[in-house]
Parts: sequence; C-alpha cells; structure tokens
Amino acid sequence: MAVSFKLNGKPVTLEVDPEMPLLWAVREFAGLTGTKFGCGMAQCGACTMHVEGQPTRSCSMAVGDVEGQSVTTIEGLSGKAATAVQAAWENIQVPQCGYCQSGQIMSAVALLEQTPKPNDEDINAAMSGNICRCATYVRIRAAIHSASDMMEG
Amino acid sequence: MLKDFAKGFEANDFGVETKPSRRRFLQGGAAVAAGLTIGFHWNAGMPKVALAAAGTGTDSAGGFVPNAFIRVGTDNTVTVLSKHLEMGQGVYTGLATIVAEELDADWSQIRVEGAPADAARYNNTAFGPVQGTGGSSSIANSYDQLRMAGATARALLVDAAAVDWNVDRGGITVEKGVVSHAASGKSATFGDLAAKAAAMPASVASTVTVKDPSKFTLIGTSVPRVDGKSKTNGTAQFALDVVLPGMVTAVIARPPVFGGTVKAVDDKAALAVPGVVKVVQVPSGVAVVATNFWAAKKGREALAVEWDRSKAETRGSAELLAEYKALAEKPGLPARKDGDVAKALAGAAKTVTASFEFPYLAHAPMEPLDCVVRLDQTGCEIWAGDQFQTIDQGNAAAAAGLKPDQVRINTLMAGGSFGRRANIVSDYIVEAVHIAKALDKGTPVKLVWTREDDIQGGRYRPMYHHTLTAGLDASGKPVAWQHRIVGQSIVDGTPFEAVMVKDGVDGTSVEGASNLPYDIPNMLVDLHTTKVGVPVLWWRAVGSTHTAYSTEVFVDELAHAAGKDPVEFRRAMLTHHPRHLAVLNLAAEKAGWGKPLAEGKARGVAVHESFSTFVAQVAEVTMRPDGSVKVDRVVCAVDCGVAINPDVIRAQMEGGIGFGLGGVMYGEVTLDKGKVEQSNFHDYRVLRIEEMPAVEVHIVQSNAAPTGVGEPGVPPIGPAVANAVFAATGRRIRNLPFTRDMNV
Repeated sequence: MAVSFKLNGKPVTLEVDPEMPLLWAVREFAGLTGTKFGCGMAQCGACTMHVEGQPTRSCSMAVGDVEGQSVTTIEGLSGKAATAVQAAWENIQVPQCGYCQSGQIMSAVALLEQTPKPNDEDINAAMSGNICRCATYVRIRAAIHSASDMMEG
Repeated sequence: MLKDFAKGFEANDFGVETKPSRRRFLQGGAAVAAGLTIGFHWNAGMPKVALAAAGTGTDSAGGFVPNAFIRVGTDNTVTVLSKHLEMGQGVYTGLATIVAEELDADWSQIRVEGAPADAARYNNTAFGPVQGTGGSSSIANSYDQLRMAGATARALLVDAAAVDWNVDRGGITVEKGVVSHAASGKSATFGDLAAKAAAMPASVASTVTVKDPSKFTLIGTSVPRVDGKSKTNGTAQFALDVVLPGMVTAVIARPPVFGGTVKAVDDKAALAVPGVVKVVQVPSGVAVVATNFWAAKKGREALAVEWDRSKAETRGSAELLAEYKALAEKPGLPARKDGDVAKALAGAAKTVTASFEFPYLAHAPMEPLDCVVRLDQTGCEIWAGDQFQTIDQGNAAAAAGLKPDQVRINTLMAGGSFGRRANIVSDYIVEAVHIAKALDKGTPVKLVWTREDDIQGGRYRPMYHHTLTAGLDASGKPVAWQHRIVGQSIVDGTPFEAVMVKDGVDGTSVEGASNLPYDIPNMLVDLHTTKVGVPVLWWRAVGSTHTAYSTEVFVDELAHAAGKDPVEFRRAMLTHHPRHLAVLNLAAEKAGWGKPLAEGKARGVAVHESFSTFVAQVAEVTMRPDGSVKVDRVVCAVDCGVAINPDVIRAQMEGGIGFGLGGVMYGEVTLDKGKVEQSNFHDYRVLRIEEMPAVEVHIVQSNAAPTGVGEPGVPPIGPAVANAVFAATGRRIRNLPFTRDMNV
C-alpha cells in the first residue's frame, strides 16, 4: 500500500501499512528522525507534528489518515513563529536531555501562530500535553513569552 | 549514588577473598572484574593527573591528540572526549568548560563527543575502576583531571609555537584559541599549530601547572550548552535515531510478573505479520524482530506466549506493606548508633513518633530504553545512551561470548535516564546482544522498549517504610532520634553488593538518614533489608529520595511539638555543619521566611546534603478551595563548591525540583498479585507544565572543590512542600504520593 502526502512542503509517497502511525512512517520510511517516540498513546507529546497546521500526536494518527494532507516536522519548521521559538529556546537554554524538545517546539510554534500574545493560561492549555521529564517547564514558559516578544519586535 | 562503591574498593583488600559474595563478584562477573583490576591498578599506582598526560600523538586527520581527552583539529576545532554520559545534566558543557579554561580556547571552537568504553583511560575516579556516570560525580571526579589535560595541551601548543618561531616560550601568551608572541608579532591558531604540536616530544608535561582560579575566564560564567542548538532543531542523535544498513527492529514480550519465564510460544500469527522476520526466545522473554518498529509491535501483539509463574513474585503492594510494617516493630541492623537512644527516650519530657510510606517509582525517561547492537566476525558494536559503559561492555561480552575489549561502545546522548540506564545487569543491552546472536552475522538490531515495557519493566526506586521516634527535653531540644527503615537493597544480588553493603547495611538504603547532620546526642538508625522479587535500582538522588522526605518532615513535626519556628529549630542543631546552615539561611532570607503571606498560602522548608552538595528549598503553596495544593514558588539555595556553569546549575535545580515534585505528588508503581498496575503516562502520572512552580535559584559563592548538581536538587522539594501544606492546613502527609492523601 502507498500513502501520499506533503511532508515539509514536498510531496512524498510511502510504501507502508496505512494503519502504521504517522510517527513511525515519517521516522523509518521518510527518514526524518527529529520527531520522537515517547508513549505511543498521545499522552506525552514527544511525537508532535503539524498536520494541516494543527499540532498533532503523530504516534496516534494512522499515516493513511494524512493522505493528501500537509505534514510539518521539526526538520521543516519555518516562518516567523518558528524562527522566534527556536531562537528563544537557544537564548534561554531550555533543553536538558532534549528528547522531548522537538515536540515542545512544535506545540509552542502552533500556539504562537494562533495566539501571538499568549498568557500563562494559554501556555498551560497549549503545552499541558507535552511532558518533559527533565522538567524544563520554567524555561519553556519563559521561552514562549520571549518568542512572543521577538515576534512583535 | 556510588560514592560508597568507591570507598568500598579503597577499604577492601582485593588480594583476600573471604566473603562468598565477593568471590561470586570476581568469578561471576569475570568480564567486569577484569576491567576492575586494570582500573584499580591505574588508580592505585598513578596520580590522577598522570592519565591526562598520557598518550600524546596524532589522529588520522593529522590533528593533535595531546591526551585521552582532547583532539585539536587542523581545522581549528577542539574536540573534548567526554567519559561521561550526557543525559540532560549538562555534563558535556561542564567538562568542556574545564578543558577550554585551561587550554585558553575560544568557546566557539569547542566540540564534545562521547569517549569510547575504556576502564583504563576513562574510568570514573570516584567509582574506582569503572567507567560510568552517576552519583552526581562527573564534575567532581573530572575537575583536576581535565584541568591538567587542558593545561598540558596548552603547554604543548606553546612549545610548538616557540620552536616554530624560534622564540622563548616565556614570551608567548594564549587567549581565545590564539597563540601570540608580542615581541616578534607572531601569532597562530590552535589549528595552525596542531600538526607541529603533534610532532613534538611530550616533554613539557612535568612542568605544567593549572591556572589560579582568580584567572578563570570561562569557569564561573554561563557559556551556552554545546548541545543547545542540536536539541532545538531536531538534529541531536539518540539511540532511537541510529540507522544502519540492513538494520532490523525488535521488541520483546516479557513475563507479566517479575520472575516469570517462558513456558511455551506459538509464533505462527506473529510470523504472519508483514515485516516480521524472526521470533527469538531470549532469557528475558520472546523477541519479535521485524523490518520496522510497527511490524515488530504488531508481531508482539500476535504472539501467544504461555508463562511459567512458578518462581514469580506474587505479592502485591498491600501485602508487602503489611510485612514491612510488621518488620518495623523489630530492631534492624544498625547503620548509625550514637549514645543510648532507649535511655534518652525514656527520660524525655515529650516523645513524638511518625511512620512514612514510599511507593515503588519508575524512572520513565522520555526516551524509553533502546540500543543498537551489531555482532560480526571481529566482535560486538553497540550504540546506546550508555551510563555504565564498562559494566555494559563486560555484560555484553559475557552474553556474546567475547572478551570485553572486543565490545565497542558508541555512547550517544540519552533522552533522560535518572539512573535507569545505570544498570548493573545491563538488562536492555544484554537483551539486544541475545537477539543479535540469533541473526545473521553483521545484522544490526535496534531494540526498543515501549512505554508500557518501561513502566512495567521493573528496576524501580524501591518501596520503603520508615518509622521515626524522637524525644525532646523540657526546653524542646531533641535529645533522642530513632529512625528505622524497611525496604529492598538496590545492590542485593549484584556484583556491587560486595563493596557497597557493610555489616549487612546497604549504604544506599540509609544515605541521608545515617548521616543526618542535626546535633542530637543519642541517635539510632537501623535497617531491615527485605527480599522481594521486584527488580530495583537507583532513581535520581537514590536513598535521599525517601530519607530526605522522612527526616525533614519529621524535623518539622519536632519543631511544631517544641513550639519553635522550623528554620530556627534547624539552625540550633546545625552549628557543626556550616554548609547546611549557610544554604538554609540563604534560602530562608531570599524567600522572605517569616514575612506574612496572603490567606490560604504558606511556606515550608527543607535542607539536605546529597553527593556532597548542599541544598535548601523554601516552597510557597496555595491551598485551593477544593483542598488541593498548588506549589507557587520555590526558592532554592545550593552550595556545590566552585560553580563551573551557574546557568547549568540553575537548570539542574529547576529540573530536580520538577522531577522530585512530580514524584512525591503523583508517582507510584503499585502491584496487585505481583502484577504492575500502571502502564503509561495516563496512569503513571508525572509533572506537567501547569503544575511547575516558579523557581528561584541562589548559588553560594565557594572555592571548595566542585561537586555535582544532577541529583541534589531533588530531595528537599518533597518535604518542603509537605511542610508548607502542614503550615497551611495542619495536615501531615506521610504516605506518598500526595494523591493517596489529598486532591492534587
């Protein structure tokens, strides 16, 4: 079986079981390993990608369900919010082990694309699904506020 | 974690085998022991810094390799080889800072990569003859070694310049990676000098001196992490990301209860799953090997395994707790005995007693256990976020039927560990080796544990029961302290037992309790070590994860019983422990201890030393109308000696607080008839962003030798929050997690 969709702006066709989660199709068949596996049941957010611009837990979405759609991973991030978020993440030195950070960044970029001036409650709502066992949460929050300021400036 | 391990080696005479356990260690762990012997002699026979000066030479690209820790490339990069695993704690950055400081390198030219497994060159000098990361010892054991390594490399580069320019070396200066001679106007980069330095005889090492700390330009500053960029753009490489030609992926079906074994397997349906290439029985269960992860997982679901439970652990948490409570009624083996506790308790004006219960805890690092193993004609190659490299090397060699030096380990960064990968039996590595043995030679296999495998797979922080009894005199001063601990030993049945258990007491079960700093004349700490078939392991901050909680909550209870302020009460008992006292005072001052708070808010305090780092925390909480608690803010004071990188220290305190807070508030693995009841993050709850308090970190200025920060931020947060909840509500939380007693 083949599934065709747009991955980071380019059309791809993957010869995979359409029931395979998008995460594994992208990691093992499209060769993009920046997105991580953390729980396999949409509990931790390490696998977050954007599907049609929406933050999506790719471990729990069948690749067949993105047929014809547009998927963005950490490797394909671009735009004002993405640039600001990645710069803020580095400036504020957010990552520790770093394993969850692709997912954190994907969620943060989606938040800022929809809500350019988020308050703490907005951040909680958007980021609650992304677990960081190193508990870099203080800096994730600070970096989102900082990115928001950068986007304004 | 392992400082007692190193002490054990120093204290033991390796020439005499008296205890059966030690003999088992030396014979059973032959591969490990071989490494130990070499390392032991290195350690005993040579000064630490001699390691740094050994091995001058050149690399294949014509670069300069002054010693085992540094490579200077002709492209002007300086690569620091880290003998320690980077698992988030910032050790790559910390170690590289020490080298760069003494080398006078420019931070932008620094690169870091994992050193190969080698107990002779890359042993943790705090562990003795083992290469490994743990016990918050990386910076402490590397500081002198890497200063000398950097200073030696600098001296050799200066010598090369002096010879090349035909000038006196005394007139040469080095700054930010540039070697200059003012009088002649000559200058060169490290890269320019690399080939010339490589050709020089290594004659200067004896004249090398390290910098006076007042001249430091990098140590004490917050240079950016070397892994910061790769961890914001998805390029950081973890074991899960390794792709090799012809690689297959495996998952393993393991028994539903600990100690279960395979009775019968029907693999027909599994083999029929497209992509599944093989089903292999391994000692821990049945492995399904496929061309990709999803096929392997579907294959495992299709597998029919009949398990033999005849030797399995079948007790549940409730049964274990009842047994622990019964044991707590009887004296255990003493870990500390000062004065006469029974007499002092009998004569006390007031006695206070309390019991505490601690559950099993899973580490649950974000990257579940995984590794890649390839066996070929020449040996075994491993790619992993490896925390105990030479122990894994020995165990992999034993499983593969090879010699340890035939096992090559590529240590990648780990997506967290918290102790899980510091694994005495190398469980996941050995599993992968067994699978590789069943495959065609040269076929790499990636073993992936799912989250369910991780949460249900054991090697937990042990379950414990504590009972404390104290006596106060008429003035409210504590005169007697008795602390009884019941629980499993982490090193029981492992090669570590011989060196870490003394007189029947596993030091990791009582650390933080047996070294209680408070000035109390009569003290007894004793231990019952239980035998349970649930595998246990060190969990970030090890013994202090439970001892800090029980001791610091109980001290708070005593302060209350004595009618004293909790900070004042502690101060009066810390007069002989200035570093505890200093962090306590600093945290209290910065938190505004004693100043009034709004209705429904309260503060709690705790102070604890672990791994020779001193931490005090003041937690500020709000009690919500529904009775739940919100931790608003934590003020943390830390004394870790010389602060190599203040921002990394702050990050570790923040992270330690979040990790510890999630553990005490929500963390528990429970068993029903031996079966683990949790399986993933929906029922093994961990801290999320909305539950994270604001954190303010204050670092004590110190010239003392640097100590670690990976673990010491964890222990004080639980008791600080519990004490704040008491201050707000009058309720003591003695059974963890908090979810057992309250809404959170």
